[in-house]
Amino acid sequence: MINIDVNGASRQVNIEPDTPLLWVLRDMIGLTGTKFGCGIAQCGACTVHVNGTAMRSCSVPIGTLDGAKIVTIEGLSPDNNHPVQRAWIEEGVPQCGYCQSGQIMAVVTFLKKYSKPTDADIDANITNICRCGTYEALRRAIHRAADMMQT
Amino acid sequence: MRGIRIPSTVNRRDFILTAVSVAGGMMIGIGAAPGSADAAAISTQPWNDNEYAPHELDAWIAIDPDDSVLIRYQRSEMGQGSMTALPMMITEELQCDWSKVRIEYASSNRSVREHRVYGNMYSHGSMSVRESQKMVQQVGASARERIIAAAAARWHVPASECAAAQSVVTHRLSGRTLRYGELAAEAAKVKLAKEPTIKTPAQFTFLPRRIPRLDLVHKTDGSAKFGIDAQVPGMVFASISACPVPGGKLKSVDESVLSGTPGIVGVVKLEDAVAVVATDSFWRAKRALSRLQPEWDVGAAGDVDSEQLSKEFRAALRDRMVLARNDGDVDKAMSGARKTFEAIYETPYLSHTPMEPLNATVNLQPDRLDVWVGTQDAEAALRAAAKASGLKPEQVYIHNAFLGGGFGRRDGNDEILQAIAVARVVKRPVKLIWTREEDTRQDRFRPHAVVGFKAVTGSDGMPTAWSMRVVTSSIFNSVGIPFPPGKAEPPAVDGLESIGYNVPNTRVELHIRNTHLPVWFYRAPGANQHTFAIESFLDEIASARGIDPYQMRRKLLAGKTDWLKVLDTAAEKGDWGKPLPKGSGRGIAICTFTDSLCAQVAEVTVKPNGEVKVNRITVALDTRHMVNPQTVTEQAESAVIFGLSAALYGKITIKAGAVVQGNFDTYRMVRLAEAPRIDVHLVPSGGDVWGGAGEPAVPPVAPAVTNAIFAVTGKRVRTLPIVDTDLSRAT
Repeated sequence: MINIDVNGASRQVNIEPDTPLLWVLRDMIGLTGTKFGCGIAQCGACTVHVNGTAMRSCSVPIGTLDGAKIVTIEGLSPDNNHPVQRAWIEEGVPQCGYCQSGQIMAVVTFLKKYSKPTDADIDANITNICRCGTYEALRRAIHRAADMMQT
Repeated sequence: MRGIRIPSTVNRRDFILTAVSVAGGMMIGIGAAPGSADAAAISTQPWNDNEYAPHELDAWIAIDPDDSVLIRYQRSEMGQGSMTALPMMITEELQCDWSKVRIEYASSNRSVREHRVYGNMYSHGSMSVRESQKMVQQVGASARERIIAAAAARWHVPASECAAAQSVVTHRLSGRTLRYGELAAEAAKVKLAKEPTIKTPAQFTFLPRRIPRLDLVHKTDGSAKFGIDAQVPGMVFASISACPVPGGKLKSVDESVLSGTPGIVGVVKLEDAVAVVATDSFWRAKRALSRLQPEWDVGAAGDVDSEQLSKEFRAALRDRMVLARNDGDVDKAMSGARKTFEAIYETPYLSHTPMEPLNATVNLQPDRLDVWVGTQDAEAALRAAAKASGLKPEQVYIHNAFLGGGFGRRDGNDEILQAIAVARVVKRPVKLIWTREEDTRQDRFRPHAVVGFKAVTGSDGMPTAWSMRVVTSSIFNSVGIPFPPGKAEPPAVDGLESIGYNVPNTRVELHIRNTHLPVWFYRAPGANQHTFAIESFLDEIASARGIDPYQMRRKLLAGKTDWLKVLDTAAEKGDWGKPLPKGSGRGIAICTFTDSLCAQVAEVTVKPNGEVKVNRITVALDTRHMVNPQTVTEQAESAVIFGLSAALYGKITIKAGAVVQGNFDTYRMVRLAEAPRIDVHLVPSGGDVWGGAGEPAVPPVAPAVTNAIFAVTGKRVRTLPIVDTDLSRAT
């Protein structure tokens, strides 16, 4: 039995320990906002926060997470008002939207480290794939979120 | 931002999908579009489980006593924004209050039962707006006139004395008013003697309008439901592996290796695939599947590889062709020419690779089949599912979801038919998901194509005759669309046959060469590869004759004001001709697709080691008319990145009949760091037709970039992807 905290609620998970966190979240806990894109930590659609760090949950075995605090897109803010979410809405980032939970979760921890990011900082750190190619709006939204968090 | 959550009232059957919120329980979130109190609403769960609503005027529109308007949307939302655009068009005619509009998917089951009341339900060919524009305007106009008629009857006045605006009918002479909600029940009984004439774009009062897409908010908090998010009580999970060589069959598989593995429901053997079904998580099924070692019967296709296909396609350039276009007399114009220009261009197979891998969730019962899936064609999916299950079409319900990308892939129904086959064996609701590797390798691919060009120029350096010979595979044959032999199927020659240049002698010919690989429509079919070929070849001629490539295009488009407008806009906004640092250059390209025009200027830096950096793409796009310029702009940006991934990296390689690439580590996509700045300029020219928005900005990307590479390096990229050409140079 593995004990984790997901979005503030404690969960006991009884599953093979090599099961990736992604599938525990989606199939066992029912939090489907975190998406499956590649299964090999390439695309970032499955990004969640594990003890405050952005991780690609498709490649994190649940067996390594006993006692961990997990935050998913559903737990990022109570009413979709995290500055990154607000910036995403104001810049109109999503198209198909499938990768955007992962993008947002990646950007949230990125902005904790880079509070005034340059484009080069963004290029080096935000590596999630978006097949709709929302990068233009996404870059604007990162800068906007950073500005919001300054004020 | 307005955001409310209301409890779901749908509980008709026990298999209705539950949308589990963070707190648990069954909730449907209804949110408004951001930043404005006057926006319409859309559900996080777009599919309707009740295909009938109270207070319907017809199958499209229901108006409740509180004036809220339900508008049904008959296409598929995969990021292109038509779930916002089409209801906007209905709103334009209905004259209703946009803030009171709610949108949900139309039911393909109802359409099948009611004489296709929703018309074509597919989303491909950039059809959503351009094909259904007249239809949805008529839907809105008819409803408006019926509401006005109901008001006129109530007041005993002629309808001509009444006007409708913002969900209110006003009797102009007396100033009396009635709300739509007060009139809907009577309007539902009104039969118009004659259908009203729909508005021309000049008469629009609501459109065009920049409105954030209505699904935006739900796509920032994880609440938007995609097909892969379906949760059906009692469901099990299936992972599947089809024969790696398309067309091959399953010979045998030893399932004993899985005996004793907890949670395995079963191994299902299909004719061409093997699936493992497990409880609790997809991962369990996937891991178990990876332990199986199925044997396949692949036949002669098992000897095919990419080099051989390339040789065969190139050799076939000399084979007999069918004519696609023949202006003037190419042979006569070329006879006696002192110099001819010749070149061969080649583009590879590509996989669509939507972010959401293909998946389907089915609940197969003796008298009813429910399918939760993101499909680009809910009606075709219904018919295919009915056929596969042996049920009548009216017994099949397709619950269409938000699509995590489509690009043409999500209408082959492969995943649906597999899920039905698996459910039939395990007799439980099944969620079947393709791994990324399966999604890449079991695609129905963008075809491989080779184009052979020959051209001659006049004394002024301008081309006077050119011949284009195409060898590619038949998408129509793969899809099963009947087409007369001896004619050239449009997707095989689009981008060449459709060029706008005034070259008096133009001949386009086609030779179809099918392989064991299924080929399919892929964002801007035909044009997505042939525009690269023709726009590069034209650049070769311009360069050889010492003519500026932009000016050569201008001359060849003389008199075509709409083409010149997009070309000039791209050139001007893209700083054509202005100085650039050493190692950087610009390229230009133009195309027509789905009745739209698009020109692009690419600004590219090529490092001495050959590494290409695309710095900036300037887009000029003419879609003739626009519903929502915001989503049109988004589509242009999207198309540029989509086309750039293909141009720089895209290539599906065949070895021993099977696809080599599997995941994003081997099938590379453009990421943020490689994404150029994109400037989109919308230049709608008006007129009778409506152009598409989703595709026309794909084709010019590759040639604009390769022409820029030539400007920097003097090296001509004639085979895609660009990464396969050595562009390094001595410093």
